[in-house]
Amino acid sequence: MSYQVVGITVLWLFLYGYLIIASIDFGAGFFAFYAKATQKDHLLNKLISRYLSPVWEVTNVFFVFFFVGLVGFFPQTAYYYGTALLVPGSIAIVLLAIRGSFYAFENYGSRKSNLYMFLYGATGLLIPASLSVALSISEGGFLRVSDGEVSLMLQRLLTSPYAWNVVFLAIVSVLFISAGFLTFYANRAGDKRALPLVRSYALFWSIPTITASLTTFIALSRHNPRHYEKMLDLWWMFGLSVAFFLVAIYLIYQGEKYGLAFFSIMLQFFFAFFGYGKAHLPYLLYPYITIYKDATHATMGQALIIAFIGGLVLLVPSLVMLMRLFLFDADYVKGKK
Amino acid sequence: MFGLEGPDLSRMLTAMTLSFHIIFATIGVGVPLLISIAELIGIKKKDPHYHLLARRWTRGFTITVAVGVVTGTAIGLQLSLLWPSFMKVAGNVISLPLFMETFAFFFEAIFLGAYLYTWDRFKKPIYHWLLSIPVILGAGFSAVFITSVNAFMNTPQGFTMQDGKITAIDPIKAMLNPATPTKVFHVLSSSYLTSAAILAAITAFILIRNRAKAKTYYKKALKLTVIMTFVFAILTAIAGDLSAKFLAEYQPEKLAAAEWHFETEEAVDLILFGKLNADNTVERAIRIPKALSFLAFGDFNAEVKGLNDYPKDELPPLWVHYMFDLMVTFGMYAIGVSLLYIVLLKWKKGLTDNKWLLRLLVLNGPLAMLAIEFGWIYAEVGRQPWILRGYMKVSDAATTSPHVGAMLLLFLALYIVLGILCLVVLRKLFHHNPVHMELAERYPNFPWKGGKHK
Repeated sequence: MSYQVVGITVLWLFLYGYLIIASIDFGAGFFAFYAKATQKDHLLNKLISRYLSPVWEVTNVFFVFFFVGLVGFFPQTAYYYGTALLVPGSIAIVLLAIRGSFYAFENYGSRKSNLYMFLYGATGLLIPASLSVALSISEGGFLRVSDGEVSLMLQRLLTSPYAWNVVFLAIVSVLFISAGFLTFYANRAGDKRALPLVRSYALFWSIPTITASLTTFIALSRHNPRHYEKMLDLWWMFGLSVAFFLVAIYLIYQGEKYGLAFFSIMLQFFFAFFGYGKAHLPYLLYPYITIYKDATHATMGQALIIAFIGGLVLLVPSLVMLMRLFLFDADYVKGKK
Repeated sequence: MFGLEGPDLSRMLTAMTLSFHIIFATIGVGVPLLISIAELIGIKKKDPHYHLLARRWTRGFTITVAVGVVTGTAIGLQLSLLWPSFMKVAGNVISLPLFMETFAFFFEAIFLGAYLYTWDRFKKPIYHWLLSIPVILGAGFSAVFITSVNAFMNTPQGFTMQDGKITAIDPIKAMLNPATPTKVFHVLSSSYLTSAAILAAITAFILIRNRAKAKTYYKKALKLTVIMTFVFAILTAIAGDLSAKFLAEYQPEKLAAAEWHFETEEAVDLILFGKLNADNTVERAIRIPKALSFLAFGDFNAEVKGLNDYPKDELPPLWVHYMFDLMVTFGMYAIGVSLLYIVLLKWKKGLTDNKWLLRLLVLNGPLAMLAIEFGWIYAEVGRQPWILRGYMKVSDAATTSPHVGAMLLLFLALYIVLGILCLVVLRKLFHHNPVHMELAERYPNFPWKGGKHK
């Protein structure tokens, strides 16, 4: 495997990691707000804050890792995406900043106000929506490039059915993944009152998730036929994705093995995300940037991969420690510690 | 907007983000060390005061870390959004430490999460203390890696550039460029100094108001933080001296700009403050004979390169002289005031309660943070017009997007909100939970009967 392929695989894995754990976080924010608005917050909020408190910072790092790594492996992306995404990128930063700092302010500082709950819920949906713009742009057709100057065609982006499909898919996926995790966590915590609530969320959001996946697929066939054709070649990955989706829904509906159900949701998104990514290659930004033409030099690529392996040796045991302390320590989950 | 355009707006926005972020970054690097020292003393002396100190500092620290994380994410993204051409080059040559910085921060974040939520979970308290070590290391290495990127901008090496194409890349050589060692030393020591100075200032402030019910607690805190201020102020001064010697050798125009030194000559005076006339003569300055030669080379008669040796369009603005002088002055103030306190502590203990001494210590906190700000302004403006010295000018690196002005306002609003909320939350956090009450709650039998703590 060339260092370019290793590089993009590693980055894609981290983006996938971010997709899962940030979705849990974003969705939890929305559910907490929704529960408050419908006066069911007493059932839910303890569960949510117990999980989120020790991990909120780690979530952000997955994202930082992805974009720093992307610029490192493929410096040309900094130029194109950097110029094109000034406005949506800045909005995403502001939303992330509001969410992250308010979370700490409220959680360590004082009691939860209504304004905070609203911002926490709203940013949970707006951040994935604004970040998904980058994925839409990567399909091509939204940038104007002349004499090496790049600019975003905002009008075209805002009227594109494909871009709106992606936004919608991002939001409902976030809610589905989050609800799936909270179902698992509530069951694990033995929280009998929260469990039926979050389980119903998971079942409810499964339907828009699978629907939006299909409509996005169709919208892509019109927007970028090349990408669509290549995705059809990888039909088995998307087939597996749907199969794991059905397994997850079956288990949650039956009310058993919630851990396995959440794992199936993770696999559902793993296959869909990697199927999408693999079909996207070699392009990072259609048709301007490919992983081969625009990769960093081989020496830097190798140095980055070595640093990455060294980093993993350090991080994996630490992450395992964190999960054992907070996620899999039965006493902690149940609130006894 | 504001009479600025194009690259200048990008500079403004970057300057704004950095000057806000550096406050939280400095605290983020420095405070874990002080927390760790307090907890260790608490364990060794079995003194609940120090335990509580570590706990309370940590609680405040989490708030500042949150702001540090989000502003750090902001500057990380803004580098690509505002300086796309620069990041294209940087991505090729200096992305290794940028990449490793994320790892270091990741490492720190994981252990900070563990440290925060496990105060009472271990049978032996020393195990909990051990969790502070990776937090200190993670924070420290974050600073090391990011500083090496900034060092690279000053003395780029480890590649060759021909007709805009970059070849022969050596990532390690780029990272370990000549500016890295002194810069890293200076950044680390000044972060520890400033964090200690700020904690000391807060403690002294509470002691002055004299409403403190837990005086012993605060006095222990003051002693610890002022001693740390002194130790790191001395180290910072040494680092500053080494930095000047580095500049004299590798980036002489930057030192000369800070010193208003125009003609290359031997045995040069050091100029403090003063006013620069249109004909490059200096008025009303304090002159220390031959001191610049000594600062630059450790030799009173050494030759120091002057600004007139450089093309006029490659010189930084000369107001950086004041930034440099103020930074040094505030650094000296930190040494002086902490030394005074220590001397009194040793020989005239009664005077350490003196309100004027405490006021001087309160002042030291904001001055130390201003020294950090001024130091960075000097470091960044002193490199102008270059973004990558000798290779790329700032004006060629900025984004061509027409929306930078609007983003400047957006982020200005964000930082104002974050700054105010951060202060309000911190105040509330400690106001609602005073030391004497928390002490009584957590350690009901303290002070131990017959013990020396009263």
